[in-house]
Amino acid sequence: MADISSQFLGIKSPNPFWLASAPPTDKKINVLRAFEAGWGGVVWKTLGSQVKNVSSRYSAVNYGGHRVMGFNNIELISDRPLDINLKEITECIKLFPDRAMVVSLMADNDKKSWHELIKKVEDTGAHGFELNFGCPHGMTERGMGAAVGQDPEIAAMVVEWVMEAATIPVITKLTPNVHSVVPTSKAVAKAGSNGLSLINTIQSITGVDLDTLVPNPYVAGKSVYGGYCGPAVKPIALKMLTSIAQNPETGKLPISGIGGVSTWKDAVEFLLLGASNVQVCTAAMTHGFRIIEDMCEGLNNWMDEKGFKILEDFIGKSVPTITHWEDLDINYHHIANINQDKCIHCGLCYIACEDTSHQSISLEHGKPYNIYTIKEEECVGCNLCQLVCPVNDCITMVEQRVAPEYINWVEWQKRGLPLNDH
Amino acid sequence: MIKNNRLSAEEYEKNFSDIHPPFDNETAAIVEANRCLFCYDAPCIKGCPTSIDIPKFIKQITTQNIKGSAHTIFVSNIFGAGCSKVCPVEKLCEGNCVYNLLEEKPIEIARLQRYSSEIAIANNWQMFERKPDNGKKVAIVGAGPAGLSCAHILSREGIAVTIFEKEEKAGGLMTYGIAAYKVTPEFCANEVDYITGIGGIHIEYEKSLGKDFTIGDLQKQYDAIFLGMGVGLARKLNIPGEELQGVEDAIRFIYQLRSNELASIAVGDRVAVIGMGMTAIDAATQAKRLGAKEVTMIYRRTQQEMPCTQHEMDIALLDGCEIIWLAAPKEIIGVAGKVTGLICSKMKLGDPDASGRRSPVDTGETFTLSVDMVIKAAGQMPFEDIVAQNNVQHNNGRIRIDNAGATNLQGVYAGGDAVNGGKEVVDAVQAGKDAAASIIQYLELA
Repeated sequence: MADISSQFLGIKSPNPFWLASAPPTDKKINVLRAFEAGWGGVVWKTLGSQVKNVSSRYSAVNYGGHRVMGFNNIELISDRPLDINLKEITECIKLFPDRAMVVSLMADNDKKSWHELIKKVEDTGAHGFELNFGCPHGMTERGMGAAVGQDPEIAAMVVEWVMEAATIPVITKLTPNVHSVVPTSKAVAKAGSNGLSLINTIQSITGVDLDTLVPNPYVAGKSVYGGYCGPAVKPIALKMLTSIAQNPETGKLPISGIGGVSTWKDAVEFLLLGASNVQVCTAAMTHGFRIIEDMCEGLNNWMDEKGFKILEDFIGKSVPTITHWEDLDINYHHIANINQDKCIHCGLCYIACEDTSHQSISLEHGKPYNIYTIKEEECVGCNLCQLVCPVNDCITMVEQRVAPEYINWVEWQKRGLPLNDH
Repeated sequence: MIKNNRLSAEEYEKNFSDIHPPFDNETAAIVEANRCLFCYDAPCIKGCPTSIDIPKFIKQITTQNIKGSAHTIFVSNIFGAGCSKVCPVEKLCEGNCVYNLLEEKPIEIARLQRYSSEIAIANNWQMFERKPDNGKKVAIVGAGPAGLSCAHILSREGIAVTIFEKEEKAGGLMTYGIAAYKVTPEFCANEVDYITGIGGIHIEYEKSLGKDFTIGDLQKQYDAIFLGMGVGLARKLNIPGEELQGVEDAIRFIYQLRSNELASIAVGDRVAVIGMGMTAIDAATQAKRLGAKEVTMIYRRTQQEMPCTQHEMDIALLDGCEIIWLAAPKEIIGVAGKVTGLICSKMKLGDPDASGRRSPVDTGETFTLSVDMVIKAAGQMPFEDIVAQNNVQHNNGRIRIDNAGATNLQGVYAGGDAVNGGKEVVDAVQAGKDAAASIIQYLELA
C-alpha cells in the first residue's frame, strides 16, 4: 500500500485532501463531520470583519442531464461572530489533532487589523493561514478579496504585514480573475508568502431564468456576478497551476491546488502538474463528505499500480511536459482507427468529422447499421472522432510519424519545408 | 361455459390498465432522453416505417422543447401518440437502437414518444396550419390510420376531405382492433379529434362502401379517392364445426371488448386461440384477463416462424396462456350446438413457402383439446367482394396499386391493410402519407 499522507509547509495530514475555505468549513459541526468522514484537513471559512449574507446564494450549470457541472455562489466570508469561530476552531483541533487546520483570513485593509486577526487565530492552535486574495464578489467592492489579488503591489504589501506577525505558515490564495496569475504570485512570493493556493472562483453568471428573465441566483428581482467553481473550472485551474509551477520564482513554493477537484483522478492531475495537495469544495457540496472514501482508495490504488510509494514520487511529474507550441514536434502524426468489433454504428464520429473537421471518415450505408471507416490519407489526427465516440477504446489514435526525427516549427520554417500538405 | 361477469370491478380495472405505463414526470423522461446518443443517420429511424426523426424528438425533450418534440413526431406520423402505444417497437425503432449492440437496454423510444405526443394532444397544440381552401375535394373510404393520415396531409394542403366510415367511431383497428390494455377508447377518441382538429376533414359515419355508395358515386363528386378500408373479419378455418356456438372471430371479440363494458364480455372457461400474430396475442391475453381459466394458443409452425414478436409472446406467457406449436385446427366438435373440443393435426416443418418460411406439413397424427371457446385469429380477410364489385384490380382481395399508390381506376388510390392484407398501424400511416403525396401531385397542387 502506498503512503498517501501529506505534508504541506510542514502541516501534516493523513491524506492530501483538504476541504477548501467555503460553506462546508464554516462551522464546527460541518468540520467534525468532515473529519469523521476522513478528510485530511480543512481551510476554515474566511474570517474578517463581520458581514451579512443575502438569501439565495448559489446557482449551477447543468449539462447533458448531469446536475452541477458548474457551481456559483454569492456568499461572503464567514458571517458568524469571530469569537464563536475561534472557539470552534480550537475545539476541532483538540478533537482531531492529526488533521490539518488552516484558517482563511481577510482582514480590513490596514496593517493593524491584520496583525490583530493573526494573533487571535494563532491562539486557537491553528496550523497555518490562507490569505483570501481571491473572493470575487461582495468583498472586492470593499477593497478586499480579489481587489487585493488583482494588484500585485497591494497583495505584496498585505503579505508583508502578515509575515511580520505570523509565526505559522502562510499560504496566499490567488484569484483567477486576472490576465495571468504569475505577477501576483511572484509579488507575494517575494513578499515572503510560504506557499500558494489557486484558484479561487471565477466571476460568472451561470444563466438567466427564462421565466423571470433574471439571472441566477435570484435575489428579489436582481442578481450579481458570482464566483464560478466545480468540474467546469478544472481545466482553467490546471492551466493556472501549471503557469505557477513552471515559473522559476514561484515554482519553488508549495502549491495547494483548487478548482473543480471532484475525484481522485482530478487530484492526481493537480499533483502531477505541481500541486502538493488539493482542496475540494463543490464535489463535497453536491455529494456530501463521503466522497473522500473513493478519493483515498482510488489514489492509493493508482499509486500502487504505478509504483509510487509517496506523493512526492509524482508531484510535479507532468510539469515539464507542458511546452511552447513552437517546440512541438511537427513530424509527429497520428491517425484515427475505428475498431469495427466495438463500433455501434452511431455515426457520431462521422458527422463530427464531416460537418466540422476534415471529411476523413467514409460512410457505407447499411440497413439499419452504416459502416464507418477512417480515410487514413485524409485524417489530420485531430482527435475529434475519438472524443465524441461513446464506446470506450473503440476509436484509437495510432502513431504514424511523418519522419523519424524531431523537428519544430522554427526549424521547419528555417528549412523552408512545405506548409500546405492538405 | 361461456359467460361474462367473471371478475370484480377491481380485477377488470387491474387487468386492463395500461400495459406500458407512461413516464410519471418530466424528470424521468429527461433522464431517459439524456441516455440517447443522438446518432447520425440513426438506425432507429430506419426501423420506423414513418421515419420519425427519433434522435431529434428525444433531444428536444432534453431541451424541454416539448412542442418541438411533438412537432417532430407528428410531422412524420400524425398517429405518433397511438403508435407509441401499439407499435411492436422491439422489432422496429427500439430493436435497432445501437445500445442493443452494447448489450445495454435500448432507449425507451416509444415511452418518450408517448410523453411528448400525449402532452401535445392533452393541450391540443395544433402544429399544422391548413393552406387556404383550394377547391379540391377528396373522398376517403375508412377512417382508420391509413385514411386519417392521408386526410391530415391532404387537409394541410387545403383540400376538403370527406371520410366515409362504416363504424360509428373513427380510428379503425386502433379503436376497434387492439387490446384494451394498450389503448383506451378515450385515448382513441382524443387522438382522432386531435387529428381532425386541423379542420377540413369531415367524417360521414356508418357509411359503408358497397352498401351505401360505390366508388363510381364518389368519382362523380370528388377529384380523387383514397381507399383505406382495411380488412374484414378473421380468415375462415374451413373446417367442420366452424358454425358451432362458441367459435368466435378475434376481431369481433376485440371489437366487442373495445366497444362495451368489460364485465359484459363473455368468455369461455377453456379457450383455444388459433394463430400467433399480434391479433392472436391480443385475443388470448384479453380472454385470459377477462377471466378464462385456460387459454391455449395453437400455431401450425414453430416459434421461429411466428409473426408476433418475442415481447408480445412473453406478454401472453406471463398472462398464463399456453402455446402449442406445430398444431393446426382440424375439426371443432360440439354437443348440442356448443363447442366442447378442438381436434388438431400435429404438423412438422417442410420446405420454405413463398414467404420464405418453412411450411407446415400434416403428420397425420391428431390430438384433442377440451375447450368451450375457439377464437379464430389466423389473419383477416380482405373485402374481396366489395373490391371486385367496384372493378378495382386486386390479388385475392388485396387491392393492387402501383408505386404511386394508384389503383387501376382513374384518380383512385389505396393503401394500408386493404392493400397489404394486414400489417402494423404504423405501416398504414405511412401508406396514407404516400398516397396523399401522390394525390397532391395528381391534383397538380405540388
